[in-house]
Amino acid sequence: MISRSTVFLSLVAWLAVGAAGHAAGAPAPSSELAAALTDLTGDDADKREAAVTVIGQTRDPKWIQFLSALRDGSVYTRRHSGKTELVVGGTKATKGDQDVIDIASAYERAPLGTVPLTDLKEVPADRRLRLAIKPFLDADETKVQLADPDPNVRRGAAVKLGNQAVATAAPVVEEALKKESDRWVRHALAEALALTHLANGTPAQRTAAAHSLGDLHSESAVPALQRLAADTAASPAERAAAVTAIRAIERWGLLTRTVETLFQGASLASILLLMALGLAVVFGLMGVINMAHGELMALGAYATFVVQNWFRAVWPSHFDSYFLVALPVSFLVAAAVGLVLERGVIRFLYGRPLETLLLTWGASLIIQQGLRLWFGAANVDVSSPSWLSGGVPVMVGLTLPYNRVFIIGLATAAVAAMYWLLFRTNAGLRIRAVTQNRAMSSCLGVRAGVVDATTFAFGAGLAGLAGCALTQIGNVGPSLGQNYIVDSFMVVVTGGVGKLAGTILASAGLGGLTKGIEPALGAVFGKVAILVGVILFLQRRPAGLFATRGRNAEA
Amino acid sequence: MPKREVVALGIAAIVVAVVLPLCNLLPSGAPLAVSNFTLNLFGKFLTYAILALGLDLLWGYAGVLSLGHGVFFGLGAYAMGMHLMLEIGSKSVYQSALPDFMVWNQVKSLPLFWWPFHSAAFTLVAIVLVPALFGFAFGYLAFRSRIRGVYFSIITQALALSAWLVFNRNEMNLGGTNGLADFKTIFGFPLSQPATQRGLYVVTALTLIAAYVLCRWITLTRAGKVLVAIRDSETRVLFSGYSPAAYKLFVFVVSAGLAGVAGALYAPQVGIITPAKIGVLPSIEMVVWVAAGGRGTLYGAVLGAFGVNWIQSWLTTSYPDLWLLFLGGLFMGAVLFFPDGVVGALGRLGARARRIVSRRADPAAATPSVSLGRPTP
Repeated sequence: MISRSTVFLSLVAWLAVGAAGHAAGAPAPSSELAAALTDLTGDDADKREAAVTVIGQTRDPKWIQFLSALRDGSVYTRRHSGKTELVVGGTKATKGDQDVIDIASAYERAPLGTVPLTDLKEVPADRRLRLAIKPFLDADETKVQLADPDPNVRRGAAVKLGNQAVATAAPVVEEALKKESDRWVRHALAEALALTHLANGTPAQRTAAAHSLGDLHSESAVPALQRLAADTAASPAERAAAVTAIRAIERWGLLTRTVETLFQGASLASILLLMALGLAVVFGLMGVINMAHGELMALGAYATFVVQNWFRAVWPSHFDSYFLVALPVSFLVAAAVGLVLERGVIRFLYGRPLETLLLTWGASLIIQQGLRLWFGAANVDVSSPSWLSGGVPVMVGLTLPYNRVFIIGLATAAVAAMYWLLFRTNAGLRIRAVTQNRAMSSCLGVRAGVVDATTFAFGAGLAGLAGCALTQIGNVGPSLGQNYIVDSFMVVVTGGVGKLAGTILASAGLGGLTKGIEPALGAVFGKVAILVGVILFLQRRPAGLFATRGRNAEA
Repeated sequence: MPKREVVALGIAAIVVAVVLPLCNLLPSGAPLAVSNFTLNLFGKFLTYAILALGLDLLWGYAGVLSLGHGVFFGLGAYAMGMHLMLEIGSKSVYQSALPDFMVWNQVKSLPLFWWPFHSAAFTLVAIVLVPALFGFAFGYLAFRSRIRGVYFSIITQALALSAWLVFNRNEMNLGGTNGLADFKTIFGFPLSQPATQRGLYVVTALTLIAAYVLCRWITLTRAGKVLVAIRDSETRVLFSGYSPAAYKLFVFVVSAGLAGVAGALYAPQVGIITPAKIGVLPSIEMVVWVAAGGRGTLYGAVLGAFGVNWIQSWLTTSYPDLWLLFLGGLFMGAVLFFPDGVVGALGRLGARARRIVSRRADPAAATPSVSLGRPTP
């Protein structure tokens, strides 16, 4: 057994040598530190734990590294020239019949050569000791993260510090706050600082912290503030500040939730719109409801999946751009299948909408089961390109995910393309002509069959595009289409045929309404309420929002 | 009713309602013996046939395509199922007077709307009235506002989806996803006894015959003629001074009631009713029975319900992967190649054969035959 005093003396000596050798760096170890290092090699668990605290509180990066090594079990003691010293082990190897290890000095990490493992004695790091070490390493890690070039990492570190609310972290946060320029990181840092003060500060600091948390709209501070407000030991000023802050935060929460609901409504409306656009135009043109529309969407989603896999296998360096390729591919795949469907079967049933409905339902079953047999019944995994993951923070407590923003953008672009197609091109002129009067258009030389086929294919392509977009926000499985199809039929029925504006307004209305009443009624009864609403709405306007007025009694 | 049809109906009735149950009484292994399982399966098909009759009346005659008849079937089945659940009493697993799933969901007392179903008489009325009243309310709103054609089909499909979602919820106190099951007795007769099942089968067969006669009677009245006229040109009927909405509502309510009766006979024979029988897919499957059998004939619907379900019970056990492909193909084929179903195709085949035979006998008498194809809505 190595006597404690010997270790102590040797350490002092060794540290002194180290300090002399690296005059610029190492601070002279305080006697407290030296005692701690001695305690570390002892048997008393309490003293060892205290020693870790002493070492950690130096906040010296090199000692923190030492603690890290200690936690990993690579700190050893050895007898060297009559003294016991602490060393850090490095790479292990086998030389001849004995195991050897590279060692370095504990503080400076100066290489001390390679020695047999038998010469060393490991300083054990039990669970208790590791737990004592952890906060110091974490704090160190957080500090490194606070200096990270990526604002998201910095923000994450700040939020973590705020949640821990350790008193010692306050100076670190203040330091970081001085240097920070990013708005959202600054916000998170200020929040962390206030949370820390709220947890550990003086009454005056707590009052100020409560005020600033209220100003910061810090949702995560509410529990702590509530505790403070209910704390009878706190001063009236503190409690009043806490109550005011809670009120401010709740008001802000209401605002963010409203904005979020609006955004979610817009996002759902965009999906419905992408689906319903194709449906509505085809319905207006041919009087055909395409029950396989949902499956065309599923085809688009699976096309995206295939493109993704192809990129992953063949061109992994450009994986992020797979989505840009998948968009046109999914459009084309769905459009091709739509074209086959129209030319192959639907055109033989012109003027018999109910039969067409059943026929397309049959087609949808076949496509669905085909997808199940080909790709399996389980959902497939489509990963988002990096530029679509994450989100844009628009206000405190509200981050809009990029994928949803993207879908809204895509739907807007699809509507714009549709308008351009219908009202600025000759093809659109023909589509509108056939929609209004098929017989007369045919007489005037419009080939109605070609118009039908291209329009149907275009509508199908839009469904494929919707499917591609859906891969970014939902599961991709064979029954993907079923989840949205009834809703998009509702949009077509509510919007009426004939005018694009009806479809747009109906999808916005149904999407917004769904998300608006979902929190109150739940998803299921919300859907029922929507159906009842649609039926009641049709009492007033049987042909939807924008009915084409004509002299035809059948219309 | 034409004499030929009366004779055919009589023969079919004797075979289905008398001969088959008698064959079931034969000891197993004897020639012509019908096993309990087969009889039970046939009983299930017969309930489907009752529903298909109502659907044919609605679609084949009035031209109204409902994609939500699973809901009415479910309402009847749940009404009967609730009575059967209450009949179990404290013989259930948890030995509580409440149905097992309520114990499981920690419902303390029987919900108010369950109480009337203690009474067998009320239940027998409810299996018709609940679906019929619901059909009346829904149909009134839909037809009054002139929702028709594809619009009506879509609205009924949304109805099926909503009903399915609602019946799946536990807070409806209807057993949630698991539905109602584990019935013990029906009006005091133990359901596990083959004799009870045989009795149920005979009741189902007689109900089917009665339903057939009812539907045929409706089609032969003046109202039936108006229905066909509505199918062929609703506007013309309107301008002739009739109210298509009233006729359509009437036939919708009748078919909802028939679907409810079918459901009520289904529940005790199959022993379980779950929301899975209510949703979008089962509802539209019912339409394909009628389409495949041949619509606008009534007997085509019965044959279709039998045939398609027979194939289904064979395919889903032997080749489960192929069933949906087959069903999809059936939808497409029935619409594209057999617009008047198997019955119509057989009729055309028969007409052609007769023509060939008569031409051979008397080449001079070969006249162009009248097309059997009927106008389609």
